[in-house]
Order: sequence, then C-alpha cells, then structure tokens
Amino acid sequence: MPELRQVVCMKVVPKPEEIRVDYETGLLKRASARSEINPPDMNALEMALSLKDFYGGRLEIISMGPPYFEPVLRAGLAMGADHLTLLSDAAFAGADTLATTYTLAQGIRKLGGADLIFCGEESSDGATGQVPPGLAEWLEVPQLTLLTALELDIECRVARGRREIKGGYEVLEVPLPCVVSVKTASNEPRFMDYRRQYWASEAERLKVWNAEDLSADPDCIGLTGSPTTVSGLAEAASRERRRQFLTGTPSELATQIAELLQKSL
Amino acid sequence: MVTSHYSPQAENKTIWVFLEQQDGVLEEVSLELLARGRELADQLGWTLEGLLLGQHVAGLAPHGIACGADRIWLAEHDLLEHFTIEAFTQVACQLLLQKRPSVFWLGATPNGRDLAGRLAVRLRTGLNADCTDLRIEPREGLLVCEVSGFGGGVLAMIEMRNHRPQMATVRPGVFALPHPDPSRVGEVISMEIDLDPAIIQTRVIERSVGAGLNLSRVPFLVTGGRGMEGDFKILEQLAQLFEGEVGATRPPVDEGHVGRERQVGQTGVVCSPKVALCCGISGAFHFVVGIEKASLVIAINSDPEAPIFEYADYCVVGDVHEVLPELIAVLSGQQVTYA
Ligand SMILES: Cc1cc2nc3c(=O)[nH]c(=O)nc-3n(C[C@H](O)[C@H](O)[C@H](O)COP(=O)(O)OP(=O)(O)OC[C@H]3O[C@@H](n4cnc5c(N)ncnc54)[C@H](O)[C@@H]3O)c2cc1C
Ligand SMILES: Cc1cc2nc3c(=O)[nH]c(=O)nc-3n(C[C@H](O)[C@H](O)[C@H](O)COP(=O)(O)OP(=O)(O)OC[C@H]3O[C@@H](n4cnc5c(N)ncnc54)[C@H](O)[C@@H]3O)c2cc1C
Repeated sequence: MPELRQVVCMKVVPKPEEIRVDYETGLLKRASARSEINPPDMNALEMALSLKDFYGGRLEIISMGPPYFEPVLRAGLAMGADHLTLLSDAAFAGADTLATTYTLAQGIRKLGGADLIFCGEESSDGATGQVPPGLAEWLEVPQLTLLTALELDIECRVARGRREIKGGYEVLEVPLPCVVSVKTASNEPRFMDYRRQYWASEAERLKVWNAEDLSADPDCIGLTGSPTTVSGLAEAASRERRRQFLTGTPSELATQIAELLQKSL
Repeated sequence: MVTSHYSPQAENKTIWVFLEQQDGVLEEVSLELLARGRELADQLGWTLEGLLLGQHVAGLAPHGIACGADRIWLAEHDLLEHFTIEAFTQVACQLLLQKRPSVFWLGATPNGRDLAGRLAVRLRTGLNADCTDLRIEPREGLLVCEVSGFGGGVLAMIEMRNHRPQMATVRPGVFALPHPDPSRVGEVISMEIDLDPAIIQTRVIERSVGAGLNLSRVPFLVTGGRGMEGDFKILEQLAQLFEGEVGATRPPVDEGHVGRERQVGQTGVVCSPKVALCCGISGAFHFVVGIEKASLVIAINSDPEAPIFEYADYCVVGDVHEVLPELIAVLSGQQVTYA
C-alpha cells in the first residue's frame, strides 16, 4: 500500500476578539490584532494528524499569504506536520476566492498532489467558505464539506465523512483523492509537542514558492485574477442602538427589563 | 484577466434564483431571494427566473411563480433525487451556459454554498458570499453586493464588471419572505438535460434530518453565552413566558449545553426577532451579526466594558444568576395577577 499523503490548507487570521473598528473612519484597525491560525484549520489539522497517527504517511501544510504567516504556521509543524509550504508573492495579493483557489491548487499540484486535501469550514475573516469547493473544482476531485468526522477505507481508497446539514447530518462517501472541509470545534486540536519545537523551527522545514515557482498563469493570480472588486466602503447604519444603561439592584433591574419586554412583545 | 465563459455582452437581462428544495419543500431562503429579485426586476424591467432541479419537483414550480418568478427552468432527473455536488453543478452549469443570465443568486445554505463555490470556478466568474443587500445599478446592469466586513462596522460594496453570471449568496433571514400570490402567472419550462451517471462520485450513505427548528423568525429570542455557565434551563423558562425560543453563542453549543441548531451568528442562524435578550454574552462580531436585525436588543453582562453593550439598546450591568431569577419572578408574578 502506498503511503497516505495529506495536505492541510491553513490561513492566518487576525484574532477576532482583538480587532477594533475605528468608528471615526469606519476602518478596521488590523494592526491592533495579533495573528492566529484560523480556528477550524486547527481542527482540520487535528483530523489529518489523527489519520497520520493511524496510517502513517506524509502530512504537509500549505498556505498562501505574506511572510508573516510563517512563524504562526510553524506551530502546525510542532503539532506533527512534516513540512510547511508558503505560497508568497506580491503578485498574489488582493486575491478573491477564484484567484486564491487557483493559486492553492497550483501549489498542491507542485507538491505532487495528495490523497486528502484538508481545509477549515471557513475563515474567521473572509468567511466565504468558498475555498474548499473551489479548490476541489480546480483539482477536479470530489469534496466532503462541513465534516465533523471522517474515516478511510484505505483498501478501497474511499473516504466516508459525516457532514452537518440543516437540522441533521448525512454520511457521504467519495473516492480518494478528495477535498475535505472540517467544522470548527469538531475535535480537540492537540498541543504542540515541545520536543518537536526546535525541529519545527529549522529552515529546512519550510519552502517558499512564488508565482514563477508555481508556473502560475499571471492572469489567474492576485488582483488580476480576481473577478470581484471592492467599489466602495460605507459605515454600517445598523449600529444605531440606544446604548442606554439601566441601573439599580438586581430586582430593580429585573422590573425594568420586564417592562421593556411587556411593552415590546 | 481570467475570462468567464460568457461575457457581459452576451448576457440576458434576467435574474436567476436557485430554488433549493429539500424533501419536496422549497427552502425559505430561495423564496426570500425571489422577493428581493422581484423588486429589482420590476425597477429595471428585467425578468426573474427560478432554477429548479430535482426529481418529481415540478409541483413546486407554481409556488415559485406565486412568490414572484416570471419563469421557472425545471430539470428533473433520477440522478437529481439527492443533492450531489457533481450532478447539481453539471446541470446548473449546462443551463446557465444555455440561458446566460446576468445575475445568479443562491441561498447560503450548506448545499447552496458548495454549489456556488464549484460553479463559480467552473464558469470562471466571481462569487460574493453572504451578502447583506443586493442592488442592480440600472445603467450597466451591474450587481452591487453589500457585504459586512468583520466588526460589522464596515460595509463593502463589491461588484464584477467583466464576468458573468454575477453570482452571490445570501444567508437565510436577510431578506423578508414574499407574500405568495397564487393568481400570478408565469411559465414553467422543462429542460432536457444531459447527465452522465459516471460523473457522480458522491454516494449518500445515510441521511438524518429532523423537523429543524428555525430561529430566524422567532419574535422573542433569549440568547445565552458562556456567562450562563451552562444554566440554559432558566433561559428556557424565560423564553416560554413570551412563546420565545432559546439561542446561544458558540461556546455553550460546543460544550453541549444547547443544540447546534440554536447557535446564533456567523456560523449559526441570522435572526430578526422583535426582542433579543443577550445573557452573559461578550459580543464577539461572529455572534453580533446574528442579532443585528433585532428591533430591540437588551444585554445583561457583569462587565460594564463588554463589547455587547455597543450593540444593545438597553445595557444591564449585572450578574445573570441574580437578575434572571428576579426577572422570572417579576414576570410570572405579573402574569398571575393580570392573566
Ligand atoms: C470581509 C471580507 C469579505 C470577503 N468577501 C469575499 C467575497 O464575497 N468573495 C470573494 O471572492 N472573496 C471575498 N473575500 C476575499 C477572500 O477572503 C479571500 O479570497 C481569501 O483569500 C479566501 O477566502 P476566505 O478567507 O473566505 O476562505 P474560506 O473559504 O472561508 O476558507 C475556508 C478554508 O480554506 C482554506 N484557506 C482559505 N484561504 C487560504 C489561504 N490563503 N491559504 C491556505 N488556505 C486557505 C482554509 O483551510 C480555510 O479554513 C473577502 C475578504 C474579507 C476580509
Ligand atoms: C470561524 C468562526 C466562526 C464563529 N461563529 C460563531 C457563531 O456563529 N456564533 C457565536 O456566537 N460565536 C461564533 N464564534 C465564536 C466567537 O468568536 C466568540 O468566541 C463567541 O461568540 C463568544 O461567546 P460568548 O460571548 O458566549 O463567550 P465569552 O466571549 O467568553 O463571553 C462571556 C461573557 O459573559 C460575561 N459573564 C460571565 N459571567 C457572567 C455573569 N455571571 N453574569 C453576567 N455576565 C457574565 C463575561 O463578562 C463575558 O462578557 C466563531 C468563531 C470563529 C473563529
């Protein structure tokens, strides 16, 4: 049996609770927020690692983003991944999901493909959830999205996943290779293995590929490869709440809330 | 630039809505999209058309027309009985390329999002996710999608000038449901499709779907967060006093105190209640997007600096474990007196 090859797509995002909006300008103060690995991508990595625990094989992390992603992503190496590839080039900047999925697909092809390509269900910033199906389309493989559990039948080369849908779940089966997207909090990501930390920090764990390395079609990447454009920004009107503070003892507060409820319902 | 399979010059001035159906019922979000599409089509003199795929689903077409569609493109096939990404992408793609609508909208449901994500790549076009408003600029027929940037404080307008169809997804509950008019006339056109069973790689092994609670239109929503420390009983009691429902942030759902179908927010439900009462919730934007449409927001939090107070009409600084029992006492006392 050939070894199991897995690739996990991971994105680095600003910590949601540290993002502040400048209400004067209506812009995000991104700089005020520290970076973290997109939370469901940790669940995706955990799902892949537990398969690796069982079947062995090779597990690589791939990410498209600027150089500052690298130190954040090394945590994934310390958790158990074998290698990290960062797709980084000024020409990748401004990518919408079409250009992002094209670029990731090129990177995965250059890695030699994989039996399982993992993603998180969605990112905590862009939050489109469009990368997993888009990636599957570029790679021309089936997909299992929104999974809470996955099992393999390695002899028959099929993957069987439990997918969350409205009001329930379904169990789907597809042949390998396939793209998988994993629900947030569907498992408990393991801690970094401190014995791996030095190893994880070594230069040879990382490859950085630019557009040329990927033989990427310049028409398909970054801003140029993105059909969508932001034509304007506006401040959301919806923040016109009263923000009136009520005061008193718990029972006085309760009386005031009760009045509000009875008036409004 | 990547070019889409058809250009703006080749488009037809029509809005398409994917009429998602599950077990013989049209999804509400599809009807909501028809309602919004009707308004825009009337303003522009365009047509509004529904795309209905499945097996034995023709019976749903008249309801689509009653809800605003001028025309329903219907494709029925044994292989469309269950949603599989391969079959649905294949058929939708075929019909889109034949009819070349300018605009194509889908509900941001699990299947709608998957289908949209595949189709956009296959057609080499753009896709705007989770739009909070959709408009069409009359001169050039450009779809202007409003999406809320995180923090909710910023709205971005996104458009695509050179690619067709102009695709967008919208979450359930963003637009109002239409008032169906059974006397509306429209046509249902059954389409010949070409579907090779060999392309379908997904096998549905098992499927279990319950009645499915729908929080999106509940008038009184009592939401609890981590600050409830798992005590959702008291919230249920409170909700029942006004025939409301309990919702939650993600942590209590993850911890198993409440069912997943009650999660409110970015990866949960977008609600539009008359009153949202938020108990022990910090006010992360992932949660707040789910209650933004509430007419009135009351928040109880022991931390006067909690961000939730930025999004509330009435801010109650207090301990939920003290205030809520008092509230129930006051309310049930009054009910006894006045009922
Ligand atoms: C507020 C906001 C709204 C946006 N709206 C749109 C829109 O409507 N349409 C559009 O086309 N673009 C949109 N974008 C741009 C979009 O975020 C980027 O294209 C992004 O590169 C990928 O999309 P995502 O973050 O939504 O990924 P998602 O599809 O939500 O992410 C799912 C998974 O894909 C993987 N993944 C995603 N990005 C990467 C990456 N760079 N490297 C490795 N793995 C990755 C991760 O595993 C992740 O968990 C938006 C961006 C922002 C900030
Ligand atoms: C991709 C992604 C998607 C997400 N989707 C969602 C989503 O759909 N919905 C969602 O809710 N979250 C979502 N989250 C999580 C979200 O970012 C927040 O972590 C979450 O909303 C916080 O929940 P909370 O307010 O209950 O908990 P906390 O942030 O821990 O807040 C608890 C609050 O309770 C208060 N409190 C504590 N004790 C008491 C007391 N005795 N009385 C009164 N107040 C008290 C505290 O002051 C605090 O403000 C998502 C995150 C990611 C990364």
